[in-house]
Amino acid sequence: MHTLIAPLVVRAAEEGEELNPLLPHLVEIVLSLVVFGILFFAIKKFVVPNFEATYTERTKAIEGGLAAAETKQAEADAKLAELEKQLADARHEAARIREEAREQGAVIIAEMREQAQAEAGRIVEHGKTQIEAERQQAVTSLRAEVGSLATTLAGRIVGESLDDDARQSRVVERFLADLEAGTPGQN
Amino acid sequence: MSLVSTLKGEEFTPPSPADFDLPPIGGGFGSFDLFGQTWVVGVTKPMIQIVLAAILVFALFYLASRKRAMVPGKLQFVGEEAYGFVRNSLGRDIIGSHDFQRFVPYLFALFFFVLFNNFMATIPFIQFPTFSRSGMVYSLALMSWVIYNAVGIKKHGFVGYFKLQSVPSGVGGPILVLLVPLEFMSNILVRPVTLALRLFANMFAGHLLLILFALGGEYILVHQPLGYAPVGILAWVLFIAVALLEVLIQFLQAYVFVLLNAMYIQGALADEH
Repeated sequence: MHTLIAPLVVRAAEEGEELNPLLPHLVEIVLSLVVFGILFFAIKKFVVPNFEATYTERTKAIEGGLAAAETKQAEADAKLAELEKQLADARHEAARIREEAREQGAVIIAEMREQAQAEAGRIVEHGKTQIEAERQQAVTSLRAEVGSLATTLAGRIVGESLDDDARQSRVVERFLADLEAGTPGQN
Repeated sequence: MSLVSTLKGEEFTPPSPADFDLPPIGGGFGSFDLFGQTWVVGVTKPMIQIVLAAILVFALFYLASRKRAMVPGKLQFVGEEAYGFVRNSLGRDIIGSHDFQRFVPYLFALFFFVLFNNFMATIPFIQFPTFSRSGMVYSLALMSWVIYNAVGIKKHGFVGYFKLQSVPSGVGGPILVLLVPLEFMSNILVRPVTLALRLFANMFAGHLLLILFALGGEYILVHQPLGYAPVGILAWVLFIAVALLEVLIQFLQAYVFVLLNAMYIQGALADEH
């Protein structure tokens, strides 16, 4: 520490005389001013800029972080909205397809039913026709057969003498046996 | 010191302003006569204290601010809190967010300079308030007077500034004859005086009170019959209580000193009074 002049009001406290504490020592005024001045410039140059820079950097860092978070949030929101839209579209599409399918199904069923009915009608018609034809054929052939049989039988009957019961019955039996043997008109 | 003198004499010597007029350490380096007085060359305790306080303030805050970490450590956190306290509550909130930044170094340095010097009165083995030396305070008050007036004159011009400080707005007519000198007195002349005396007198009186309790208690215990001993002990208990109160006062006075500085600056910068 430098040597400083301390004007101690020279033992003015020479026994009994009161010191006035309000009267300053010049050296103290100067010293206080100089020391504070140095402190002020040192603080201004080396301390305050550091603190201010730290504050600014921290504020920036926090604001940057917030901005980044906001961007991310916005992106996520956009994505979410997009996905929701896609989902809604998909649902809508599915509903539409389902509706379409139902309509188509109904149409197909109706068509099928119509076809089946037509087919059934046709088959029934066909059956009827066939049956009729077969019946006709059967009637025709039966008629022809019965005629021929009757003719044959009549011929036989007529060919034999009919005065004898035994002969009569023999003729009928023979006829029937011929019938059974499937060779009518033989013998 | 009076501690020694009290022990020697039988009579109780109450503490006096002379207790604050500390002799140079080691008796000084010599003396010379000038203007009919003897001037002693030397260094006194408060002189060392004021330098020490300045060094401490700078060292503490330089170390605290040097790292500039985004996530502060303990020291940096304390430093930032202390800096933020002066910057925001004494600077920004009072001077206003527009102008305050250029006064922050001044207010910050001043607050902790005064605070540390005040704490010197409580720190063991030092225990002397630097600002019970009136000269130390006068310079600070003078400096703040120069600063706020200079700031005002720079902003409003010489005439404009004195008009701002002396003529209250919204008042007209003959009452101004009365008000203008009063305002001028209170805003320009009295402020530095009250600023200086407030700090000086608080530190001076507080220390005087402590000396009184300490020496009084000691005198009663040592030089009086044993029956008085409880009174001496009570005096020492009070000494401790007052010492704790003093810590509060030390802080408050530093705060008020800087608060008023900020308010004077704000008043000088204000557009309308």
